[in-house]
Amino acid sequence: MIVIVDYGVGNLGALVNMFEYLGFDCETSRDPKTIAAAGKLVLPGVGAFDKAMRNLHDYGLVQPLSDAVLGRGTPVLGVCLGMQLLGEASEEGSQPGLGWIAAQSLRIRPPIDMDLKVPHIGWSDVTPRCGSPLFEGNGTNPRFYFSHSYHMQCRRDEHIAAMVEYGGELCCAVAAGNIHGVQFHPEKSHRHGMAILKAFAAKT
Amino acid sequence: MRPRVIPVLLLDRRRRLVKTQGFSAPTYIGDPFNVVRIFNEKEVDEICVLDIEATHDGRMPDIGFLRELAAECFMPIAYGGGITSVADCEAVMKSGIEKVVIGTMAPTSSLVQQVAADFGSSSVCVCIDIRGSGNTARVVIRRAEHALDHLPVAYARWLEGQGAGEILLQSVDRDGAREGYDLDLIQAVSKAISIPLIAVGGAGTHAHLRAGLQAGASAVASGSAFVFIGKLRGVLVSYPVGVELDAILA
Repeated sequence: MIVIVDYGVGNLGALVNMFEYLGFDCETSRDPKTIAAAGKLVLPGVGAFDKAMRNLHDYGLVQPLSDAVLGRGTPVLGVCLGMQLLGEASEEGSQPGLGWIAAQSLRIRPPIDMDLKVPHIGWSDVTPRCGSPLFEGNGTNPRFYFSHSYHMQCRRDEHIAAMVEYGGELCCAVAAGNIHGVQFHPEKSHRHGMAILKAFAAKT
Repeated sequence: MRPRVIPVLLLDRRRRLVKTQGFSAPTYIGDPFNVVRIFNEKEVDEICVLDIEATHDGRMPDIGFLRELAAECFMPIAYGGGITSVADCEAVMKSGIEKVVIGTMAPTSSLVQQVAADFGSSSVCVCIDIRGSGNTARVVIRRAEHALDHLPVAYARWLEGQGAGEILLQSVDRDGAREGYDLDLIQAVSKAISIPLIAVGGAGTHAHLRAGLQAGASAVASGSAFVFIGKLRGVLVSYPVGVELDAILA
């Protein structure tokens, strides 16, 4: 069973719709026991970093999530802000992140002469790096829907699973063992996104 | 990044898809679920769904309906109509919608600021309706029935400061006219802000969409261009794909 963590921020409905469409069982929950029993976890997220981390603490979910992901190796997929929470900190706030990936999130600052808007909202081609099971079978240049003002910067190069060009090369997917994160919205990216969720459900 | 091409779907109070001209004279288009399925097949970039009678009727967003609609959508959805509180936004986003569109409430409340703080700027799109053009262009609200003194550029800048993540800039006079966007307006506003601008109001052809992008819009939206064919406004749901799309984006 895939458990989508319901901690009060995030577009849970769209992820549920997509997993069900693809034929995978999933449920949303904030119950520590359900999270402990999950076969896989999805950490969604929309909004502000501090509010998201505070909610995870307020609902008592940080310890159960860490026990599952770090202790028992339960595969986890962070989506959008959910990916940024996997890191240690964000320029957007002052709360520490989950700290599962050696990374921090920074505001997108495109060079002024490129006249790029922030937030980065829209479809961009993504360049996967070899080794991430999520991108297998998704073609060489899949495109995905992005909607973000901050991006994750990894301290360890081997954790970067894919890059996107937006006023520079930005990391847009991470992978470290059972821990996965994508900055874009696979639940809203047509067949390219479906392939990511399918790979997460079937291959991790 | 590829600029977005966005169909706008207008809902009436009976949840039917309609298309207006100058914000009135609605033409019936079809069933929203059928249209969304066609747009799935065409892999559209995003859709924008607006309940054009909710604010007038004093209705809250119909969450049950939105949940059903979102379940059919494999693309991002922005929704506007009847949103008056953070709680409304939370309910809308929980139903499977990624972005809320705020219009009438934006100039007279702190709603944009509150929603941006809770859900992040990229979840908040503010619709600016404009009547007139050039020096006479003014912001209007409540289905263009009420005119404000605000000038488009200054108002858009203020909204950016409030935390808006995106501006949906709509020319009321050109709505449904299919004669092209107000390109001067698009250029003036897009130059003044650092957040994305979606142009809407007036596009009827792919050439109009292309001109909107060239004027500086980050995305081009239209009701008419994707539902009507020919001078007689025959209903045919379409979306540019392949070489057609390349020509718009070139």
